[in-house]
Amino acid sequence: MTDRPLVLGIETSCDETGVGIVRGRELLADEVASSMDQHARFGGVVPEVASRAHLEAMVPVLEGAFAKAGVKPDDIDAVAVTAGPGLAGALMVGVAAAKAYAYALGKPLYGVNHLAAHVAVDQLEHGPLPASCVALLVSGGHSSLLLVPDVTGDVSSLGSTIDDAAGEAYDKVARVLGLPFPGGPPVDKAAREGRADAIRFPRAKLHDGTLDFSFAGLKTAVARWVEARKDAGEPVPVADVAASFQEAVADVLTRKAVTACREHGVTDLVIGGGVAANSRLRALAAARCESAGIRLRVPRPGLCTDNGAMVAALGAEIVARGRPPSTLALPADSSLPITEVLVP
Amino acid sequence: MLLLGLDTATPAVTVALHDGGQPLAQLVTVDAHRHAELLAPAVARVIADAGVSRYDLTGIVAGVGPGPYTGLRVGLVTARVLGAALGIPVYGLCTLDAIAADVDAGGGDFLVATDARRRELYWARYDAAGRRTVGPEVARPADIPVAGLPSAGEGPMLYPGLFPGGLGPAFPAAATLCRVAAAALESGDPDKLLLAPEPLYLRRPDAREPGAPKRVSQ
Repeated sequence: MTDRPLVLGIETSCDETGVGIVRGRELLADEVASSMDQHARFGGVVPEVASRAHLEAMVPVLEGAFAKAGVKPDDIDAVAVTAGPGLAGALMVGVAAAKAYAYALGKPLYGVNHLAAHVAVDQLEHGPLPASCVALLVSGGHSSLLLVPDVTGDVSSLGSTIDDAAGEAYDKVARVLGLPFPGGPPVDKAAREGRADAIRFPRAKLHDGTLDFSFAGLKTAVARWVEARKDAGEPVPVADVAASFQEAVADVLTRKAVTACREHGVTDLVIGGGVAANSRLRALAAARCESAGIRLRVPRPGLCTDNGAMVAALGAEIVARGRPPSTLALPADSSLPITEVLVP
Repeated sequence: MLLLGLDTATPAVTVALHDGGQPLAQLVTVDAHRHAELLAPAVARVIADAGVSRYDLTGIVAGVGPGPYTGLRVGLVTARVLGAALGIPVYGLCTLDAIAADVDAGGGDFLVATDARRRELYWARYDAAGRRTVGPEVARPADIPVAGLPSAGEGPMLYPGLFPGGLGPAFPAAATLCRVAAAALESGDPDKLLLAPEPLYLRRPDAREPGAPKRVSQ
């Protein structure tokens, strides 16, 4: 097998139907159909709505990816798919599609871990990962710190949220402030006009000696603060609340990420997941990594959110290492542990 | 003609290969919770058992339900992607019609009812010629106008008190989907019976629009 395999990647763990094609670490296509608009009025992703949308989008997105990449289905060396973690019904659409495609073309199938794919995607932008790195993955579904000696087979969890994911806290705070769903972009935008030190919101677990996070208390503190203003008949300073909330989130995430690097003697930090598109998180991470002597790698926002290219990128790395493929009986596992990068 | 048939709209994962005249291979596994694991190996198996190549397939027919959503989608996305990758047409057939095609009701009207979960059934009524006259619909078992008619599908087995004359079969057979599709294709008017491979969910997704945020302070 070539060291630059041509790999198709399929991702359906949440609300994006993503199909990507890579040749080794070169990105050829990254097509995404999102059902986000259909979820907005419900204030969160509705699993059944997402699953229905995946079924409708799958073949058009697949065909779009091949058209974009300018390669033929027969040319590909392997099919990779997110086997978990994620929404069970949504994952199953992608897994079934990947099996059908792999079988029809007579190509090997690789069921891979969504979180490891969020780390591997950075190779498409910034080249090979270093021998060991720490990854901070933050999205609407995940907030995790990982130690990554080898993204194709040796990944362990250093800490994760004990309650809400960071992106979930953004969605809930956006609702309290009357901003649209998903909450990340509008809160980030509002925060630019506000003062980050206007309100001192709590930083849970900052000094508890673990690398875990907690965002449920922060979200409630914001809601309580806003209610108190409204009860007093005073206007809510949306920009200051957004900026102060965002500062608390970025502060805890970046401090713990730097601590994780120090504790494990690692000098490279990768940040991924939808929240990695947040401007304050990116800026604070850059500043803190620089003063701590850590190299920071953050893919561009389009590769941070869920996509098929990240699955293809991890698949290509796995193929290049000659690891054995999955079988056609590959299950979707909604709570796939991060220690399982490749599902047999 | 070489048709691949599959149905995943009931607890049975059923796959068959058919040459238009007779079934060449069929595989049925009843397991309501493992459709995603079972289907692709079953497809590979029937094609291997029949000693043909997947590149010889001329069409695919898939049960479009109604049926529990997750399993149903596994079948439909598999059929659609196989069809797209192999460059062959994909047809849909109402799963209740596939069961009805295997019913011998002795020359009268009958019902087909399958499990819709949440204590409901998917059902349809057929005439003596096997033509669907009512449905498919989803309803609570007690609300289905059974009217003493014989019935097939898993529904009568789940609610024997409500359905007096239970007939077989309980589940659709993929070979029957192929047989019905082959006949429809040969009739020159396939659209009369065959559908697009679109799922019959018959229910909207469960989701409620949120009201104002709940108060958190005392």
